[in-house]
Amino acid sequence: MSALLTLDNLTVTYDRHPAVHHVSGFFRAGSLTAIAGPNGAGKSTLMKAIMGELRPAEGRLQHRLVRSDFGYLPQAADINRRFPISVLDTVLLGAWRHTGAFRANGAKEHAKAAGTLAAVGLGGFERRPIGSLSAGQFQRVLFARLLLQDAKVILLDEPFTAIDARTTQDLLDIVAHWHGEGRTVIAVLHDIEQVRAHFPETLLLARECIAWGPTAEVMSPGNLLKARMMAERWDDGAGICESPSGKASSNGVVA
Amino acid sequence: MSAYDLLIAPFADYGFMRRALVACLCLALGSGPIGVFLMLRRMSLMGDAMSHAVLPGAAIGYLVAGSLSLTAMGIGGLVAGLSVALLSGVVSRATVLQEDASFASFYLTSLALGVLIVSLRGSNIDLLHVLFGTILAIDGPALALIGSITSVTLIALALVYRPLVAECFDPGFLRTVGGRGPVYHALFLLLVVLNMVASFQALGTLMAVGLMMLPAAVAQLWGRSLTAMIALAAATAAVSGYVGLVASYHLELASGPTIIMTAAVIYGLSILFAPSGLARRLFPRPHLAG
Repeated sequence: MSALLTLDNLTVTYDRHPAVHHVSGFFRAGSLTAIAGPNGAGKSTLMKAIMGELRPAEGRLQHRLVRSDFGYLPQAADINRRFPISVLDTVLLGAWRHTGAFRANGAKEHAKAAGTLAAVGLGGFERRPIGSLSAGQFQRVLFARLLLQDAKVILLDEPFTAIDARTTQDLLDIVAHWHGEGRTVIAVLHDIEQVRAHFPETLLLARECIAWGPTAEVMSPGNLLKARMMAERWDDGAGICESPSGKASSNGVVA
Repeated sequence: MSAYDLLIAPFADYGFMRRALVACLCLALGSGPIGVFLMLRRMSLMGDAMSHAVLPGAAIGYLVAGSLSLTAMGIGGLVAGLSVALLSGVVSRATVLQEDASFASFYLTSLALGVLIVSLRGSNIDLLHVLFGTILAIDGPALALIGSITSVTLIALALVYRPLVAECFDPGFLRTVGGRGPVYHALFLLLVVLNMVASFQALGTLMAVGLMMLPAAVAQLWGRSLTAMIALAAATAAVSGYVGLVASYHLELASGPTIIMTAAVIYGLSILFAPSGLARRLFPRPHLAG
């Protein structure tokens, strides 16, 4: 199993304060990894850095992927939920890689979009305006769009927040399905039981990498306590970080 | 007075009324859809700011041409409007100011500068014309300019419809698929400024957005889908133009403000009687079983 996406001593800062601090390791191709950690641990920041929305202050990301290989579901997507657009048209945006800005969606794309809607349990919702959907239904629509995107690497940032148990289970089934197809899935989660039950690998983050490897080993009481201790520290008087590579940690366990 | 006298004679008898009507219909077709997108992007007030930004450029054009020449003022207005749009974009990206804050600063500067420049040379009458427009004085070349801007607007909107919708609806998604959102945003701002320049002579800088935002608000109250909203906005603007001109002719009112007031009346009625309107709240219908 080869490294698909490598973090090499990655540091991402806000206003020079590190949110992700000297993290090293790699995601295997076809792996299903949870990124866990307390609030303020830099989980979403790491996702944004992987998507290229934030530039590393130090270190780098190494991969041979192009932008359209990624499918990304941000945490608080700045989606205008009152926009007058139908469920079908929302899902069809997922065909962007094939249609681009100008090419028309053909019968093939429409059939595929209807198929993904059926797969997320929203068959027959095509013509509904998105404004009429519940939060759970809307999240299903976003998963349908991701399905249509057909991405190699799928990044999910807190995908099950404010979603009921049944919808979460249905969406977790889709995640498992992606994993079965050999796609690489990385999901930010805060529900420890969910991570243990559904994600074979975990990156436990508290700005620094606490542990990275098989979930059972990573989510040990000791590691979890360590992560909690590191949480939400913003030192106004912090000096300049001297260590060239910090406590470089690696997920050699799974390599 | 027959229906012909009331509704058709003003346009049959007078060339300036005919030109004013054609100008209104063109403006309606271009500004209506643009207004809907402005509103969906939550930039309604930004449109207002942009219209003021056009003023100093138009004033310089007026100063150079020495008269109310729409070509000179149009070019000046276009340059000034685009500069303000670009500059405020740059300022909001480079500083902590949000785009609306930097827009507000630029447009207040522009308004002051514009009035100052016009008052350097012109009379108060000229100033009034610049601020409130002279739709009844539109000549052939001005009409050609307005018509061209409308054509360009409609063609451009048809071409960039999908990326523009994606950028309004979910800019984050467009970014992840490499959709060049800022390009379409800039193109859209260009269309806004172009339409400001078009409605500038007809309605003046202070009311140029009137035929953009009021019809868009009406459309949002009635329309469920984006296509319906765009059609409704254009239709509302066209009806306002026609009814406003007829009313101003018979009642001897200033035409520009009458057109905008007509749109305002339609807006008021919509607030009362649209599906989400006040009347529905006072007289609720029984809810459905499922």
